[in-house]
Amino acid sequence: MKMILFRKYYYGDLPDNQKGAQHSSPTEGTQEGAGTWPLWEVFIRSKQGLDHKHVGSLHAADAKMAIENARDVYTRRQEGVSIWVVESKSIHASNPDDAENFFEPANDKVYRHPTFYDLPDELKHM
Amino acid sequence: MFQKTVKMKTNQRFDSSTNHLIAYPLHLADNALILGHRDSEWTGHGPILEQDIALSNIALDLIGQARNFYQYAAKLKADGSTEDTLAYLRDVNEFKNCLLVEQPNGDWGQTVTRQFLFSTYQYFLYQQLQHCSDKTIASIAEKGLKEVTYHTRWSSEWIIRLGDGTDESHTRMKNALNHLWEFTDELFIQSSYETGVAKHGIRVDHALIKEQWYEKVRSVLSEATLSIPESSQQKRENLGKEGHHTEHLYEILSEMQSLQRALPGCEW
Repeated sequence: MKMILFRKYYYGDLPDNQKGAQHSSPTEGTQEGAGTWPLWEVFIRSKQGLDHKHVGSLHAADAKMAIENARDVYTRRQEGVSIWVVESKSIHASNPDDAENFFEPANDKVYRHPTFYDLPDELKHM
Repeated sequence: MFQKTVKMKTNQRFDSSTNHLIAYPLHLADNALILGHRDSEWTGHGPILEQDIALSNIALDLIGQARNFYQYAAKLKADGSTEDTLAYLRDVNEFKNCLLVEQPNGDWGQTVTRQFLFSTYQYFLYQQLQHCSDKTIASIAEKGLKEVTYHTRWSSEWIIRLGDGTDESHTRMKNALNHLWEFTDELFIQSSYETGVAKHGIRVDHALIKEQWYEKVRSVLSEATLSIPESSQQKRENLGKEGHHTEHLYEILSEMQSLQRALPGCEW
């Protein structure tokens, strides 16, 4: 019996032959560019002192364009003071099939939560 | 005392230098409105979603600047004009925008080239206007400068990307530049009101702008492996600034003004 092996790819974790920018002409006035420009993940810091948070993704030909596109797509309503972009192919995701052994063991370890401290009211974002 | 002030103001309205003071913000507003309107024609048709939004943002920035300048012009006119009557009810020969901004979008290359040539000019102009002694013009220019800085950056990147791109994109950029170049002369020919407003403290060193503009344009084009087209050396007689427009402005206005002309004062 012949076994067919196939690998499942998770979000962003693309194989090399499917990675990277392919040249396309954005002058053609079609939506073709969106299909061939690589995907980028966008992280926005909403104000100084806070973390950059993932806000979504977009297409761009390179990092410079990705930052500008992120500025135009994700910060037009004063959402941010700083932008990070990373090409989606560089993000490796955990396998959903691993969820059971990855995450469930933490369920009954309540003592790991620092619930025995009183936090002052002034302390935010904890 | 009150009587006297009123009388002086009435007299001033017939003084051509006051007319210049009204014409100048109208000119700045028309440039921004018409280019903004052209850019907005791409909304929903951009080459990719992200750039569709980018150009629509630029259109909105420009229309916002136009509103501020129209509001100021309406206030100076003090004849019941509003930003809306100025934008929607003036005839084509009353528009004072440069010919460059009314030119059609063409392909993406032509659109970004028009944006680059004009935004670069606007950038150096606003840089000076933000320090002029007319407080309203200065503050609109100061706010607009931040927006225009981005427009210049965005369009420069496209010039470089496409100029130094594939054979086809390079050819298209070259064609766009050759086509639009003849309209850049006008940016540096002063209309009567541009000279006239100096009396009102709006002093702009146009020679300096021209110098800065050439330097910036030359450096971006050279990075894009493009070069400045050979000038036709033909002195432009008909200035858009003075109300002499190409047929393209008729097209824009007939579309842009159709609603207000059909249903005056209509709101939605």
